[in-house]
This record gives sequence, structure tokens and C-alpha cells, in this order.
Amino acid sequence: MLSIKNLHAKIEDNQILNGLNLEVKPGEVHAIMGPNGSGKSTLASVLAGREEFEVTEGTVEYQGKDLLDLAPEERAREGVFLAFQYPVEIPGVSTINFMKTAVNQVREARGQQPLDAVSFLGLMKEKMKLVEIDQSLLNRSLNEGFSGGEKKRNEIFQMAMLEPKLAILDETDSGLDIDALRIVANGVNKLRDKNKGIIVVTHYQRLLEYIVPDFVHVLYKGKIVKSGTKELALELEAKGYDWIKDEVAVV
Amino acid sequence: MSVVTETTPLLSDILADLKSEAGLRTAAHEALEQLGLPGNKSEEYKFTPITRALEKNFQLAKKNPSSEIESIDSFSIPGIDANSIVFVNGVFAEKLSHYEQTDVFIKSISGTENGFGTLADFKTDPFVAWNTAAWSTGISIEVKANTSVSKPIVLHYVHDSAAGEVKSFIRNIIRIGKSSSVTVIEKQDTLGDQAGFSNIVTEGFVEENAELSLFSLQADKGKRFHFGQTTIWQARDSRVNSFTLTLDGKLIRNNFLLVLDGEGIESHMDGLYILQGDTLADNHTVVDHRKPHSNSNELYKGIIDDNAKGVFNGKIYVRPDAQKTNAFQSNRNILLSDKSTVNTKPQLEIWADDVKCSHGCTTGQLDDEAMFYLQARGIDKVTARAMMLYAFAGEVLDKINSEPLKKYFDTLISERLHKNF
Repeated sequence: MLSIKNLHAKIEDNQILNGLNLEVKPGEVHAIMGPNGSGKSTLASVLAGREEFEVTEGTVEYQGKDLLDLAPEERAREGVFLAFQYPVEIPGVSTINFMKTAVNQVREARGQQPLDAVSFLGLMKEKMKLVEIDQSLLNRSLNEGFSGGEKKRNEIFQMAMLEPKLAILDETDSGLDIDALRIVANGVNKLRDKNKGIIVVTHYQRLLEYIVPDFVHVLYKGKIVKSGTKELALELEAKGYDWIKDEVAVV
Repeated sequence: MSVVTETTPLLSDILADLKSEAGLRTAAHEALEQLGLPGNKSEEYKFTPITRALEKNFQLAKKNPSSEIESIDSFSIPGIDANSIVFVNGVFAEKLSHYEQTDVFIKSISGTENGFGTLADFKTDPFVAWNTAAWSTGISIEVKANTSVSKPIVLHYVHDSAAGEVKSFIRNIIRIGKSSSVTVIEKQDTLGDQAGFSNIVTEGFVEENAELSLFSLQADKGKRFHFGQTTIWQARDSRVNSFTLTLDGKLIRNNFLLVLDGEGIESHMDGLYILQGDTLADNHTVVDHRKPHSNSNELYKGIIDDNAKGVFNGKIYVRPDAQKTNAFQSNRNILLSDKSTVNTKPQLEIWADDVKCSHGCTTGQLDDEAMFYLQARGIDKVTARAMMLYAFAGEVLDKINSEPLKKYFDTLISERLHKNF
């Protein structure tokens, strides 16, 4: 469903991605790990369409379409979802109103009727359970004054509401205690199915005990330098990244 | 206040036009002659070239055209049953007005009312001086003690400029007796496409434990040039809630002064300006804390597009006696275009040592990161922008304490911001 070939991207004058290749098929969970500054978040941002990043070379094909050609909202309507590393606080816009607008714009783009208030609330109640999020939180301004854990749960709640085909979780586990992590991971696992592709960008192997990936990739200096299964993550946890850096240097 | 004197042909015309009468008018006439009109170096009018605008757009010798307006229904505020006072081209239009005198005394102003001319200082501001010398009409609103006036009073400042340019000089006085309350709404409208200049001075006395809610709606689609001075004196335990919404007009200058002359006073001074085209809106506000234990809270927000200009100047004085004062002020602006500008200047002068005061101003663009967040959830750019702007404006709108008025203002704001969600 997603095919990234030889992707190069930069922000201002900093070249960050240097020929990244990745294939994601429906039903697969891919974990992307790597040391700080290796380009993990840049990859997530480029896929979601953040404007500051400029793609200088390479292609990204998503369900037969040129993903890079689409505006951020078009990507979302095509089923791409980015769970933000740092969810934005937007004073004055309640999560409920925001989600209602988003869900209905996405439905409209997919040729579906907008949800009326009753059906929307029904859907919301159902999805709230997934991430154990309280309605009072959703009545408040989007992410404003939320704890780190609440923000991340809100991301997964939004993901559940929008029913994406390709979800990219950008360090969704960072800063979470073990209970919050378990809730977030459970939410993701419940949404896992054979039609969905999931990319989990993470710093810590810990998350992968809860969201078990099919593949683990190591990103270093803007390229995937090593791929394997979940055992690779355990090895990284035990040995750190230096041996990978050494391997790359030898090659 | 430093006004750099300018002797222009305009000033000579104004002075020649003023009849020499005894009393206040003469004193104001002399003050105007002394002060001159503000030039472009004048500190108080630095960003608001009102003298030049008047020179360019008006011929003072021209008399106001007569008006044959038969109804102002299209200007009335939906959902509000009001006492409605209409001025057309600087004349009180008795026929178009309808009001009851059951719980409030409304009458044409005479200039002999108790306190007249004592709040609006004609010795420092030339436009107040001009008004004091030249006013032609206005209203006196008087509420006796222990009365809650049930219907709001709407003051319609209408210009009928179909047959020529209009100048209107209006003078109001409001006196609210002990423990009473009233709501006053000012609204500007124009019929016709020629220019109009309004100079409106309002003095308000809010007695002990009384409450004034004062709304000003400036959404005139015509060529409105406006100077307004509103000065409200507050006695102990009184409350003032004010809200100024500016959406349209060529040049709008609002001078707003609250004098907190007692303990236990609560004052809210809020404003919202959403400007486009070449509108210039200038809010000069002063909150003067003279006695201890009072609270003031001021929030003005602006969204400025196209070539429009916003100006905000907010002074807070906390006098030596005014211990335990809480005074807060905030001015926040969003610029939407390269050519839009805002000049904002908060000024805090504190002589007391046991007070809580803060002020701040921000000016920025729409937050790109927030825009991206909304778009990343499938919301198109136009809607995302409207959501952000509406949320920004909503913070001030939420402070309006009258539901029908809030609803009406909300409609106007939603329309201006192309709200579609």
C-alpha cells in the first residue's frame, strides 16, 4: 500500500533523508527506530505533508497514487493518519467540534453522507472506550492543558474516529508512564487489522512489547541501514546503536 | 497629552462655523483654537491621520442634506425588544424613535444636565473640544435608584448621505442611580454612498452599586469617519461591562475612559475588531484606578486583513490611594495579510505599591503548526483558518452577558470569518 523509493528530503539547508526505501503492505506493522537526529520524525512529517520539508529526490506511492502530490488534508481523506509527537494545543476549538468537522469532511470526500449529531455522538462514545478517554476531556479546548498522556490518548482517539488505512505513530510512546503506554498500545492494537498498515516511529523498545511489529528498521543518517524482526529491537535495546554505526562505517 | 498644533484651513473653517455663545461652548471653542488639530507628529493621533482624512473627504461649509428616511427597520437588532433612539444626520428623529418612559427617563439633551461637560475633557482633546462647541443633539438617559431597566436602550447613529456629505455632532449623558442597572447599545449605520463624519461624546455616571452594560457596534458599510469619546465615572461597588465590536468604517477612533472612583468596583472593558479593505480602527482606552479594592479587566482582540489597520493604546493608572487594585489588560492581534498592520501600545502607570497588575500584547500570524494539525485530520485550509479565527474571536464574544446580543454579534462575526462548520 505504501512504497517509498530513494526518498531524499531537507528542511532549510539541512539534508535529513538520504535515499530511504520502505515497503508497507496491508496488515503489517513496521517499527522505525534509530538514534536521535537520524530522520525518524522527518519521515513521519514528510508522509503527512508538513510544508517545511522539501522532498528533493525519490517517490512515495500510496495506494497507486503519488502521495507527495497531495495536500495534507487530501492525504488524511485518502486514509493517511499521523499521530503527532507533539499534539498542538488549540484554544477555543473543542475536540468534539474539531472531530465532527474532520469526520464529516473526510466522509464527504469519500462520498458518504455527513453524520448527524446523534450518530456522531454514538460513534464518539464507542471510540472513547478504546482509549479510555473521558468525555469531559473532549468537551475542552483541543489539547489545551492536557497532560502528556491525555494528549497521546487523544491522538489515538482521533485515529479511531477517522479510521485510517495507513497510520503513522510518531513517538507516541515518548513521555508516557507504563499505564498510559498500555492504554495507548491497547487502543492501537484494537485498531489493527489485515487492511491497515501501521508505521510506529519510536525511540524505545518498550513500546514494541505492547505493539508487536512485523518488521523493525533502523534509521541512521537518513537511510534504513538494517531491517529485521522484533528480535532486532531487543538487540538494539541491549547493545545500543553504536554497533550499527560501526557496521555502517565499515561498509 | 501632546498635540502638535496645526493651523490648517480646516481649523479656520471649523472655528468660523462655530457660533460664539456663552458658557461651555465658548470655552470649548477657545480650547479648540488653542489645541489645533492633531498633525502627523501628534502622539495621541500618530497612527490615525484623522485631520488629513477630514480635509480630504469633507467640505465643512456644506450643510447636511435633509433626510426622508421613513424606517430604520433594516438597522434594528434582531431578537431584541429595545427602547430605540434614532439620530439621523445629527438630528434627533423623534418619528423613527420609539421608547417608553416606564423605568427610565429619556429626553433630548439640553446641556444643563447635572454633570454635563465635567467628564469629557475638552481642554486636552481637540475633537472633544469641537464636539463640546458644536453638538447639535443627543440624549439624556436617567435611571432612578433601585431600578432595573427592563429594555435595553439602542442609540442609532444614522447617516443619510444619499444627497450629500454628512457631519453629525452628538452629545449624550447617562446617569444610573444607586443600585440600578441599564443596558445601552450604540450602533452606526449609513444610507447613501457619500462620506459621513460623526463626533459623539458620551458621559456616564454610574452611582453606588449600579451597573451599566455598554455595547458599541461599529459595522457601518458606508463611508463612516468617526470620533467617539466615552467617559464613564464609577462610584463604589458599581459595575461596568463594555464591549466594542468594530467590523467596518473608513476611520474609527474610539476614546474610552473609565474612572474607578470608589472601592469594590468591577470593570470589564472588552473589544473585538475584525477589519478588512482599508478600514482603520483605533481604540484608545484608559482605566483610571483612584481608590482601593477595585478590579478591572480589559481584553481587546483584533484580526486584520487586506490593507486594514488596527491601533490599540491602553493606559492603566493606579493612583497612590488605589491599594489592593487588580488591573489586567491584554491586546492580541492576528495579521492575515502582508499589508495589514497593527500598532499596539500598553501603558501601565502605578503609584500604589500593593497591587496586582499585568498587561501584555501580542501580534502574530495564524499558527502554522495548528493549521497543519487541523489539515492533517482532513480539514481543508479555508475551514481550518475559519476555525482558528473564530476560536480566537470567541474568547471575547463569550464575555457578552446578553444572550440575544451575543447571538447577533456571533452572526456578524461568523459571516465575516466565513464560518462554515
